[in-house]
Amino acid sequence: MMLLLRIAATHIRNRMRQTVVSVLGVALGVGFSVAMASLMEGSQRDFTATLIDAIPHVEIVDEQRAPAEQPASTVYDAVAYSGLRPKEDLRGIRNPTEALAALRDWVDGKLAQRLSGQAVLRYSGQDIGMTLTGVDPKRELSVSKIRDDMREGSFEDLGTTANGLVIGDKAAERLGADVGDTVTLTSAGGVAKRFKIVGLFHTGITTSDEGLAYAPLKAVQILLEKPDVINSIAIRLDTIAQAKEVAARAERQLGYKAVSWEEANEGLMEAFFVRNVIMYTVVGAILVVAGFGIFNIVSTIVHEKSRDIAILKSLGFPESDIQQIFVLEGLVIGILGALAGSALGFGLSSYMATIRFEFTQDVEMTHLPIYFSWTHYIIACLLALFSSGIAGYIPARKAARLNPVDIIRGAT
Amino acid sequence: MSLPARRPAQAATTPALVEARDLTRILPAVVPVTLVQDVSFRIGKSEFVAITGPSGSGKSSLLYLLGLLDRPTSGKVFISGARTDDLSPAEMAHMRLEKLGFVFQFHFLLPEFTTLENVMIPMQKLGKLSAGDQLDHATALLADLGLEDFLHRRPAQLSGGQRQRVAVARALANSPDLILADEPTGSLDSVATEQVFDSLRKIVETQKTTVVAVTHDMDLAARMERRIHLVDGRIDWDRQQG
Ligand SMILES: Nc1ncnc2c1ncn2[C@@H]1O[C@H](COP(=O)(O)OP(=O)(O)O)[C@@H](O)[C@H]1O
Ligand SMILES: [Mg+2]
Repeated sequence: MMLLLRIAATHIRNRMRQTVVSVLGVALGVGFSVAMASLMEGSQRDFTATLIDAIPHVEIVDEQRAPAEQPASTVYDAVAYSGLRPKEDLRGIRNPTEALAALRDWVDGKLAQRLSGQAVLRYSGQDIGMTLTGVDPKRELSVSKIRDDMREGSFEDLGTTANGLVIGDKAAERLGADVGDTVTLTSAGGVAKRFKIVGLFHTGITTSDEGLAYAPLKAVQILLEKPDVINSIAIRLDTIAQAKEVAARAERQLGYKAVSWEEANEGLMEAFFVRNVIMYTVVGAILVVAGFGIFNIVSTIVHEKSRDIAILKSLGFPESDIQQIFVLEGLVIGILGALAGSALGFGLSSYMATIRFEFTQDVEMTHLPIYFSWTHYIIACLLALFSSGIAGYIPARKAARLNPVDIIRGAT
Repeated sequence: MSLPARRPAQAATTPALVEARDLTRILPAVVPVTLVQDVSFRIGKSEFVAITGPSGSGKSSLLYLLGLLDRPTSGKVFISGARTDDLSPAEMAHMRLEKLGFVFQFHFLLPEFTTLENVMIPMQKLGKLSAGDQLDHATALLADLGLEDFLHRRPAQLSGGQRQRVAVARALANSPDLILADEPTGSLDSVATEQVFDSLRKIVETQKTTVVAVTHDMDLAARMERRIHLVDGRIDWDRQQG
């Protein structure tokens, strides 16, 4: 083996320039794929982390998976009905106290109950439609990161001010309102109630900053005329990975639809998957090109060294040895390229991690999210070795099959 | 004749070192080419045999068959009494490594390796000797052939005669039973021819190795113990001499 490696090494050393070019080809493939992978995974992790922080891991909402059966279809055995109005549905999770207690029994995490509805916010003659969420402020803070988004005032004040209200800074700007001002909220049912702004938040998501409002649960239940009713339970788990299981179990237990964060963001997860497929396709393509370079050089060597192949065979080296020599040549180039490429990839991603961005917009990204992972290096290097192994194997087969007699005869 | 006339011991009971039995090699083609036809002979231990014949008479082809580099169309080659037609390519390669040595008309050394390395490569492949013994053995072989001052030269830095002697040393590396030489002096001047011929003769005398050498040189052929003459792929005559 050492002998074969030495023979392979002399062959490669004799074609230094071509070897360097081939090594560079592999190195570029490995380097860029590592850098790309660390950027992609970095941004994916960054995004999911932000997302997971911003939304509940599991949310139980007052819906069933299948629409409720209408009384008509339970009474009459008919195929279709027309002209029927569906039964007025009293939406909401009934017996919230029991439901919460039942969940608390087994869920490892924090729970918060909410009641959301539409209301119109009026201040100094201006109206804005709002999604108003009634919360228990302490509980809400344990399941969401709204505290980090607070710009003025405080979210906790909802607990001390019975008619406190927290709105987004965009909405406040539009209305010209500020902390301490009193505004009027009117529900769809026509109930109006005065609220005092105790805090402003800024999430960076315009629709939220313009259209979301938080108030104490009791006050919202009164405004929406739904005493003792909630319409969602948000769960923040200690172990995020359990989200799917917890959602499934909660749904079985309570009969309400429970959505895990993965389900809620299915489209996004698919997009990430597609993005990774595209990335690895590009990486694969680069490495196939690098493989052609290796194939080319090893083929050239086999052609040039046919005389040496005949000598080795006449000396008693079996075909398998000859094949190994040339596969080794491909692999040596592949290994050199993989090492150089790993260094290049590390350098590139380290450099990218230092690049800073100044956004005039309110986007929070200030630098490229780079995620360092051995997996990226291992995958890229294995792909490079695989491609160089194949690229060496094809000419090596040819070399092993050369008939020494033909070559010895040809030389005389 | 400088060599004492020795009759090879070929009692019917002792197996020949190498035996050709009805060897025929036909190249398959639209018009098949017969390289070797119905060749039979037995060569014993420490014989020094010349194969002669006009150009194209099948001498090289016969040597490739004896050296297990080529397979006969029909007939068999026996080495040390054992048939070789049932060997796998890998087994044939191992037989070449262990029992056979080749010297070709052109030196066929590996150009990137030094004299010493070229001689050591078959030893390293066989792996019977320790690294230190390999070095000692290779150095001794080269010294025997008068090459002690050229151990670390590349083939390109040697004369034709020196290269050919390195090739002889390499053929001897694993102490083979049989050395097959195809016009080993064919490309050398008379001085170098004498050196290479001497080295082959010494091998036969001192190491009891059998040497079968194809040669065009009638003077050399006359100085060997036995001569097999081929014409058109057949044995024209086969006689002891000297
Ligand atoms: N591959 C081949 N195709 C056609 N003819 C060949 C081939 N190899 C050898 N020959 C012919 O076979 C004959 C024997 O060749 P060879 O054994 O080299 O003879 P020698 O060594 O005695 O000169 C020659 O006539 C040669 O031209
Ligand atoms: Mg010939």
